[in-house]
Amino acid sequence: MTTPKQIRKDILTMGWKSKASHLGSALSLVEILYALYFQTANFSKEKVHDPERDKIILSKGHGSVALYSVLNRLGIISDEDIESYSQNGGRLPCHIDMTSAEGLEASAGSLGHGAGIGVGMALANKMDARTGRIFVIVGDGEIQEGSVWEAVALASTQKLDNFTLIVDFNGIQASDFSNKTIDQRNLSERLTAFGFDACDVDGHDVDALTAAFKRRSDKPTAIVAHTVKGKGVSFMENTVQSHYTKLTDELYEKALADVEGM
Amino acid sequence: MRMVFAETLTKLAREDKDICIVTPDMGYSILDVFEKEFPERFFNVGIAEQNAVSVAAGLALSGKKPYVYSIIPFVTMRCFEQIRVDVAYMNTNVKLVGVGAGFEYGSAGYTHQGVEDLSVMRCLPNMIVCAAGDNREIEEITKQSVQINKPMYIRIGRHNRGIFNHCEEIKIGKASVLQQGEDIALIATSNMLPGAFDYAEKLKKQGRKPYVISMHTVKPIDKELILDLVDKGVEINTFEEHTIVGGLGTAVAEVIAESGKGIKFKRFGIPDVFSHYVGNQYYIKDQFGLNFDK
Repeated sequence: MTTPKQIRKDILTMGWKSKASHLGSALSLVEILYALYFQTANFSKEKVHDPERDKIILSKGHGSVALYSVLNRLGIISDEDIESYSQNGGRLPCHIDMTSAEGLEASAGSLGHGAGIGVGMALANKMDARTGRIFVIVGDGEIQEGSVWEAVALASTQKLDNFTLIVDFNGIQASDFSNKTIDQRNLSERLTAFGFDACDVDGHDVDALTAAFKRRSDKPTAIVAHTVKGKGVSFMENTVQSHYTKLTDELYEKALADVEGM
Repeated sequence: MRMVFAETLTKLAREDKDICIVTPDMGYSILDVFEKEFPERFFNVGIAEQNAVSVAAGLALSGKKPYVYSIIPFVTMRCFEQIRVDVAYMNTNVKLVGVGAGFEYGSAGYTHQGVEDLSVMRCLPNMIVCAAGDNREIEEITKQSVQINKPMYIRIGRHNRGIFNHCEEIKIGKASVLQQGEDIALIATSNMLPGAFDYAEKLKKQGRKPYVISMHTVKPIDKELILDLVDKGVEINTFEEHTIVGGLGTAVAEVIAESGKGIKFKRFGIPDVFSHYVGNQYYIKDQFGLNFDK
């Protein structure tokens, strides 16, 4: 059975083999993705083309390895593709290319795109009277993009109660702590002011996340998930450096041991 | 021409429930015909061009056929990166419709003029680029666009000088030869099509025999036609109300250059400078030597 711990180990293994960056950004996402894919969403390998499925967009595309692991554990992405992540001749790039595997609802990497795409999907579901929900995961750095707020404003104007914005608020962006860069400490209040039904949750508490995701409202919903960048790995937790950490053999072993002991 | 687009799309929408319009607050009095009949498929998303394109991509990923409508700079450049990723890279069935070709919004000032759109749209893989020269072309391009499940940019004008393309069949990707000639071919796109006819009259007085060709599809360019002219040793002139950097003239030049055969070639268009001229379309075109009717 898939567990958050297993997903973290997958992330570390992909990072170790590829020497690619953004591991801290993936590690903060794990419980969010676990609660969505394994506890909440109407989504499975059999449903990747079902128009009634719930759609999940990972707009913070640099957290891709967490999503690749989840889709692999769901039997959608092959082991072979996971093995060759971010390597010459592989299929899965660091930032998401939706043509590289089934189950990827949108390409992502350039920040601030997923919310608008998700709003378009939510509008389409309304037009066709489909029941599927749209979940878009953004980062707390990402929401500095004005385009996210263009999408948020439209979602509330159009009363898209089938649209959920999830913020992986790990507090750190590429160069610094996010609240130091742009102060967003009152994010859920801002989203409420924009017409969302917004709440704050512990982003590493699977039960709390699941309850928040399952809660419906007559408004679009937003969940500000407070997370720790690099969660589970002692030398990465809550560091700006974890955006760039490259796992040597030694660090990989230490990281695996940290996660095992979580 | 923009009314023909709106009316044609409205007619098509009666047969195809997936057609919808997304606009960042443009099209007042033009798109009304669509909005009145299909309010549930008309989305004014506010003055937010980036979001307009992303929302359209989301609609397209859900099987809809969205047309994003605005003035050229706002539907091609303000949101270029969204077009690059959400439309071209993701290969979504989004149609971008830019109104106000060249200096048609001349008096509005440079911010509203559409003079680099063909270049920036042409450089994107997957993107089909059409530029209608008259009302028949826009009607045909609009009709055919519904059947093409790919990203597409459609450049349309505001005004209309009449019908110039009388070809029985107007087909996306295939240039229309509107006047047969011998020694020189005038290849025009979009709102320079009338100008090419004017220029042809001047040449005829000098004893030359010009072809007049409408290149209403700038990408994929009709290589076959260009190479045929090159083989015949015909001089080629291109006409566009657009910068000469990267648009029709460049596209034709690329084909000629790689043919390995030299012919005489000239681009008529806007040189690589900003217009700071104040005045209407005709006046500004005059400053760049792009009126041939005198």
